[in-house]
Amino acid sequence: MRNINVEIIKFLVLALLVLLLPAVVHEGYLLNVLVFVGIHSILALALNLLLGYAGQISLGHAGFFGLGAYISGILTATYSFNPWLAMLISASVVTLLAFAVGFPILKLKGHYLAMATLGLGIIIYIVFNEAVDYTGGPSGLSGIPNLSIGAYSFDSDIRNYYLIWTFALVAIGLSLNLVHSRIGRALRAIHDSEVAARVIGVNARLLKVQIFALSAGLSAVAGSLYAHTMTFVAPASFGFNFSVELVTMVIIGWLASIYGSLLGAALLTILPELLRAFQDYDIIVYGLLLILMTMFLPGGLAKGFPQAAAYLRTKFGRGPASDA
Amino acid sequence: MLEVRELTQRFGGITALEDVSFTARKGEITGVIGPNGAGKTTLFNIITGIYTQTSGSVHLNGENISRVPAEKLAARGLVRTFQNIELFGNMSVLENVMLGLHTRSSSGIFSCMTKMPWHLKEEKNIRQQAFEWLEFSGITDLAGHKAANLPFGKGRLLEIARAMAVNPSIMLMDEPAAGLNNSETHMLAALIRKIRDKGVTVVMVEHDMELVMDICDRILVLNLGRMLAEGTPREIQENPAVVAAYLGEG
Repeated sequence: MRNINVEIIKFLVLALLVLLLPAVVHEGYLLNVLVFVGIHSILALALNLLLGYAGQISLGHAGFFGLGAYISGILTATYSFNPWLAMLISASVVTLLAFAVGFPILKLKGHYLAMATLGLGIIIYIVFNEAVDYTGGPSGLSGIPNLSIGAYSFDSDIRNYYLIWTFALVAIGLSLNLVHSRIGRALRAIHDSEVAARVIGVNARLLKVQIFALSAGLSAVAGSLYAHTMTFVAPASFGFNFSVELVTMVIIGWLASIYGSLLGAALLTILPELLRAFQDYDIIVYGLLLILMTMFLPGGLAKGFPQAAAYLRTKFGRGPASDA
Repeated sequence: MLEVRELTQRFGGITALEDVSFTARKGEITGVIGPNGAGKTTLFNIITGIYTQTSGSVHLNGENISRVPAEKLAARGLVRTFQNIELFGNMSVLENVMLGLHTRSSSGIFSCMTKMPWHLKEEKNIRQQAFEWLEFSGITDLAGHKAANLPFGKGRLLEIARAMAVNPSIMLMDEPAAGLNNSETHMLAALIRKIRDKGVTVVMVEHDMELVMDICDRILVLNLGRMLAEGTPREIQENPAVVAAYLGEG
């Protein structure tokens, strides 16, 4: 029971931080970065359920993110649907699609699964580019309306910030509940030993497909939020590079840690902004930092902080030496 | 009760099992012995749905389970342990046993995410029952440890606690004493008897003859995929064909 209370306190601290951060950060550009941290957090969280917990790779998640964005965008901009309804439809369609595709694809393991999801992502990306009549092709789709509640429209940076982070907090809360339940245990069991999991009655195949569908659906929600916040979408945001970036967020943060995903998303979103000072060399510095981090913090950021703290304690002789 | 009828398994041109039949009765411990390559593990992999046999059938309490996939067998009361122990290493000892109760709980993804009241009640039940099985195996004090950090002997006890949590009617054990020292083997023998006394049919493959002769009610001897003999420990010890297989060509 004590563990559960710690979880609640951690969550409340995060919620408070989210609530109060705009008091310090109120400039438009910085708020916008935080909006992206929120969207990326939802995506990293979604992928972590699949990759970190169930141990199944996906290199196609940018595709699901894009599908969410485009379905929402097309329904509202072209067919004048209510944005909330469009969001619901896009999440449902993507969930069902992933469920159907998941059955054949998730029979594959390891590298083969990586290849199959990579292919899926590329197919989706090609559709965005080629279905010009619906998507506007490479030049993108504009005129997507903001979300609104009655007359209150989410059309400013600060409003978007609270909108996105409300969704992110809900996603974090639901994911925390899920990973601490029988389903979460079953997912980690599949990760550790699929044979043993099956023998004690975990329907590994079905559960993998279900979590793949859930993960895709959550990514689609992030996509809808993205579309209605930016009011413009173009294929370039949903390519293979972004799928890889999502995987990096999850790994850098720490596999199988909900808050780790948040840290990974925050770091990979904020870092490129900070590195603008290096101008043309920013991508090199960025790459180097990622390499150094994986070398020296193999446990990821979420594990890295306690490790660093333990290291400093032993270094400066305060408290007992720790094995970390 | 587990009934195996005329089981044959061929891999390409190799016959791993040929025409094997036996019955393991409720409340008895059945030992399966034989030299290496006799087909013991193949037999287990067929019964537990990991392989599909070439011909023959397997019946669990009268029901044909030959085509039932591995993950559906636990719910029907059939579980197994592995020679090399298959634990969920990154999870706690308690969580491992809680997984044994997976088939006896039913909350889906949605009710788990939203913490529905019935899910919370179920979770509490799972935790409580898991502790009971930890106690049954005598490892309650290890509940919070990471499973990967357990010494081999304790890992074996955990694997058994997890299997018992499934509430099985049949437990298959693949070389449960492998890698255990003498005192651990004695504890294991006592635990297997306790499992039998709960009304569970135990079938075990084992190389430790002392243990097999000590606790088994019936023994099945395999050699080169065929049944060599079947009977009580005394009958087996006095069977000339068995002695030849073990001492002669074995």
